[in-house]
Amino acid sequence: MSLTILLLLALGLGLAGWLAARSRAWAFRRASGASAMAALPSYHGWYVALWIVVPMVLFIALWSIVGPHLVSQHVLASPAAADLPAFGFQRESMLAEARAVAMGTAPAVFNDQARALVEPYREAIGRYQAIGIVVTLILGFLGGVWAFLRIKPDFAARTRVERTIMVVLLLASLVAILTTLGIFASLVFETIRFFGMVNPIDFLFGTHWGPDPMSSAANPDPSRYGAIPLFWGTIYIGAIIAMIVAIPLGLMSAIYLTQYARPSVRAWVKPALEILAGVPTVVYGYFAALTVAPAIRDLALAAGMSNPSSESALAAGLVMGVMIIPFVSSMADDSIAAVPQAMRDGSLAMGATTSETIRRVLVPAALPGIVAGIMLAISRAIGETMIVVMAASTAANLSANPLEAMTTVTVQIVAMLTGEGSFDHPATLSAFALGFVLFLVTLGLNFIALRVVKRFREAYE
Amino acid sequence: MVTVIHPNLDDTEAKMSARDVSVFYGDKMAIDHVSIDIPTKYVTAFIGPSGCGKSTFLRTLNRMNDTIPSARVEGEIVLDGEDIYRSKMDVVQLRARVGMVFQKPNPFPKTIYENIAYGPRIHGLAEGKQELDAIVETSLQRAGLWNEVKDRLEDSGTALSGGQQQRLCIARAIAVDPEVILMDEPCSALDPIATAKIEELIDELNGRYAIVIVTHSMQQAARVSQRTAFFHLGKMVEYGRTSDIFTNPLEERTKDYITGRYG
Repeated sequence: MSLTILLLLALGLGLAGWLAARSRAWAFRRASGASAMAALPSYHGWYVALWIVVPMVLFIALWSIVGPHLVSQHVLASPAAADLPAFGFQRESMLAEARAVAMGTAPAVFNDQARALVEPYREAIGRYQAIGIVVTLILGFLGGVWAFLRIKPDFAARTRVERTIMVVLLLASLVAILTTLGIFASLVFETIRFFGMVNPIDFLFGTHWGPDPMSSAANPDPSRYGAIPLFWGTIYIGAIIAMIVAIPLGLMSAIYLTQYARPSVRAWVKPALEILAGVPTVVYGYFAALTVAPAIRDLALAAGMSNPSSESALAAGLVMGVMIIPFVSSMADDSIAAVPQAMRDGSLAMGATTSETIRRVLVPAALPGIVAGIMLAISRAIGETMIVVMAASTAANLSANPLEAMTTVTVQIVAMLTGEGSFDHPATLSAFALGFVLFLVTLGLNFIALRVVKRFREAYE
Repeated sequence: MVTVIHPNLDDTEAKMSARDVSVFYGDKMAIDHVSIDIPTKYVTAFIGPSGCGKSTFLRTLNRMNDTIPSARVEGEIVLDGEDIYRSKMDVVQLRARVGMVFQKPNPFPKTIYENIAYGPRIHGLAEGKQELDAIVETSLQRAGLWNEVKDRLEDSGTALSGGQQQRLCIARAIAVDPEVILMDEPCSALDPIATAKIEELIDELNGRYAIVIVTHSMQQAARVSQRTAFFHLGKMVEYGRTSDIFTNPLEERTKDYITGRYG
């Protein structure tokens, strides 16, 4: 509550500083003329406002982290805390109870010992809150005064404001990068723990997958952690079956859209295709599990197969292929459109037909871009989770028969993490190792694809 | 306003004739009732300020304007007595007979050999590898490029210099043995030395093919052509022997343009 008020106060002070600085700058401007000013008056306003708001906000953030620690230290130093149990669960719960009452979030204490602590807590919270508010205000005031005094006609307020904006933008982009690094680090850490229990060789090259979360965590059976069937299932569903569907359809639709479609047709076919990319993958999952998979099973039955699986790799792969079509199509579309019009004209002027021009000039010229698009599509397909979780099975089969049930890396990650094993059991930790392998593979594919695309672009610039 | 045609044009066989040709981009008229005979044995130059429609008119001669959806052509263009827009002749045949060289060299991203072999292949002109080799060699020789590239026919066409690329494009056009070659400012992206080579080449090709060249450079028109047509604002203002156009222009606008008063 007081935090909100404090932040509002900071903004209010900032506004006051802004107005004051701007009018001061206007006064300078009237006195010495517009050409003598190094910046517009509003920039002086922003400069002062930043000097008020930024220190205040930073201190509020700092204080909301440090403050509670200071409060508990103060409470623990009080005589009432001497009776507390030395450590452990009881001590923590009493402190928490007393604090809750002191802050008014709990009505009363259960524990008598806690009651004695309420008063010290109330006093400490009040005191540190007051200190916080005072220091915040002082900081804002000092910052404002300092900045205000720097306003002179030739003061380059604009440059400083611009620089501050740049720093803010830089911090925003760092957040994304640091998050990626953090995710990567946590994956690596857990993967190393897993490889401490199961030999990486057994994991990467074993052909039997069947971790048992109920077995003893101390000495896992390495022969149950062979991930080859998962890798195979992932590649078979995501990179083979899905691509057999997505590459021809995506490429052909891109060729139609760039070379044959009239603008009016293109205007509605292209958005329709993009909507396909916007369908949540869980919806594709329903479609695969409820419509495609049973249809394939019925077909297999009609063809005379005995007891076909209802969770075939084919169903998941087909639907995933449909999902990927827009990616292949839009990448191919971009690469074909990037081939200069002069190539196309040159070929047409030789008397080539549109399809000859596409086959012999445009597609070969656009090939690097198309290949890169396909690699991005594969990387997306093998990382795709919902479709396979819903339509593929959890049975790890090493088979080339598309009608057989197969599982993928992502399915097993979900299965292992949502299982009943504890977080230090190798079965659970194997999810991190699988995720790590998947991460490396998709990262590699994306990296290569982006490099290819970059070189391709350079070739035509 | 009709085109002024110089009276002392000698009677020569016309390869292509345009009669009252107008071109529209949507509602905008880009070419306004142009009539001209393109002689078989001469180089014809189209000159005029930017945006006067000379390139647009050139592109109607092999129907390259078909690739622009909003473009519409009215009037009649005849190649050896056949209307190229309305007869049974299709664009594939037409473009095999009327080749084109573009403003910027545009070799395909293929080998030098494949660039030349492209046309003969799609039109089925060669039976077997030997015939194709012969066509490639003759075309490169006629384009004056053979000696420079004969040892590296498998290199990429895009690795050649700008002037060589443009000669490669001319060789590519020659390879299907066209009757007319259209050149749309073929030297505007080249340096003076490469330009001189292309002009020399045009002189050599003159007589074997009917050549139409669009150019911004009046010196170039004077050097390489025997017939000149001056275009202005979508109209053909004046047409005659190149020497007459440059020494004795009949129209005020032509005179202003060639003396450098505008454009």
